Amino acid sequence: MEVARHWRQRATRYRLEGQRHVRTGEVRFPARPLTVGEQDGDWEPLRLSGRGEIYSFSVIRQAPDGFESMTPYPVALVRLEEGPLVAAQLTDCVEADLAIGLPVEMVTRQLLDTGADNLLVYGYKFRPRLVATTERL
Amino acid sequence: MSNTYLIGAAATPVGEHYGQSLAAIAAQAVRAAFATTNLLPERIGALYVANAFGESLTGQSQLGAYLATAVGLRGLPAFRVEAGGASGGVAIHQAAQAISTGQCDVAVVLGAEKLTDRLEGAVEAALAIQSDAESEAINGLTLTAQWALLMRRYMHLCDYPAEAFAPFPVNAHANALKNPQALYRFAISSDKYRKAAQIASPLNMLDCSSLGDGAACLILAAESVAQKLAGPHLRLAGSAVATDTPSLAMRPDPLDLTAARASAHIALGRAHMGLGDLHVLELSDPHGIAATLALESIGFYPRGEAPRHAADGAIAPTGRTPLATAGGYKARGDVGGASGVYQIVELARQLRGEAGLTQVPKARVALAQSLGGVAATAATCILVAE
Repeated sequence: MEVARHWRQRATRYRLEGQRHVRTGEVRFPARPLTVGEQDGDWEPLRLSGRGEIYSFSVIRQAPDGFESMTPYPVALVRLEEGPLVAAQLTDCVEADLAIGLPVEMVTRQLLDTGADNLLVYGYKFRPRLVATTERL
Repeated sequence: MSNTYLIGAAATPVGEHYGQSLAAIAAQAVRAAFATTNLLPERIGALYVANAFGESLTGQSQLGAYLATAVGLRGLPAFRVEAGGASGGVAIHQAAQAISTGQCDVAVVLGAEKLTDRLEGAVEAALAIQSDAESEAINGLTLTAQWALLMRRYMHLCDYPAEAFAPFPVNAHANALKNPQALYRFAISSDKYRKAAQIASPLNMLDCSSLGDGAACLILAAESVAQKLAGPHLRLAGSAVATDTPSLAMRPDPLDLTAARASAHIALGRAHMGLGDLHVLELSDPHGIAATLALESIGFYPRGEAPRHAADGAIAPTGRTPLATAGGYKARGDVGGASGVYQIVELARQLRGEAGLTQVPKARVALAQSLGGVAATAATCILVAE
């Protein structure tokens, strides 16, 4: 059972919460512990918009345990509009829809069913953006 | 600081050794390595075990003590080194440091993996957690998919079709055909590559390595010991380890394998050499894109040019950057954490002029680099024939 491990990820997985540096404005995702040389208060939580575009993608046909029932499933590196890259599955699309540069948006989906543990893990996936928009935060 | 020499090297064939345990293949490799030298086992000061998947796929931990006993070195200080696919290179670096700093004058490096007892899903899961498990593997990303993401991006930026990567597995298979220890001893063609089934698009079955069982053993010694043995002497002229984030998403330019570059250049610096001095290479090449990004990140070719040079014969034994002369990860077989040790066994054959049909003419200086995951760890070793 890895209940606590998944629970610790709730802000990342459900809200796409990263961090913004209070002075430089740099945005990073996921949130990370303070490293050597950083001080309390250097980074503040930041909820990301969930909008971005496909940086690269692949369709997986040979899966790890826990994902075998989903094959073939698409995964991507998504360039979020705030700057960070995020690795995630794509959903609500077919392979022919996919292209580098395609606008996508975050949705919450089940990531994994751990089977015997009966633990349903939810988190972010990305789908082709339903309404093309130029709106910015 | 004393010089370190390679005085013995041997490996088992790579394969699905269902009839043999981890201990059995490890013992076979160590006995074979000792048979190549006159050294007595009593001279050994330490054992370094390179293994990445003992817990996840073999079900055995504490491999230092376990394999020391299994191979007949019971009681010695023994260390298991784990750095994913770079375990072998890191273990060699550690053993060489132990010798050069005088902790011992003879050390054994043993790369050993038993990977084929488990089904494909367990193997993919074990490989996948070499990346960041909580932000990447949890999304079902396999290690192959990580390389596939880089390949698609590279094709987009550098305007290549997928079949531009075919020369890498074609060369690997052509060389493996002549290596009795290789996993896949058959040739493939660009035409077969184009028709192969997808594993993680755009990577297809003929551009993905297969994991095999195997063990490889090196005996390293201080100069004072090596001088008493018959030549030719192979000197470990430099080695280095560098790291990067295991998370692809956290890299400023994911196509730039910074650890691969850093470890290669630090190792070359320690050897007082440059890229132009190298005659033969062993790289982590489970896919054409892996070899491409390593060749370009290290600086053999500018970005976007490695596939073109590969197509022109640059990676063949007679080319400018000979690669995978024993079949590479693709066709010799990917032996997990033992791969970095297999690399040195092949380079020793090359530098001794014993490589037969895949011999690189006049090879005197060689570079081996093993990568953990997508180059989160990179370990490089420079080997010189004296």
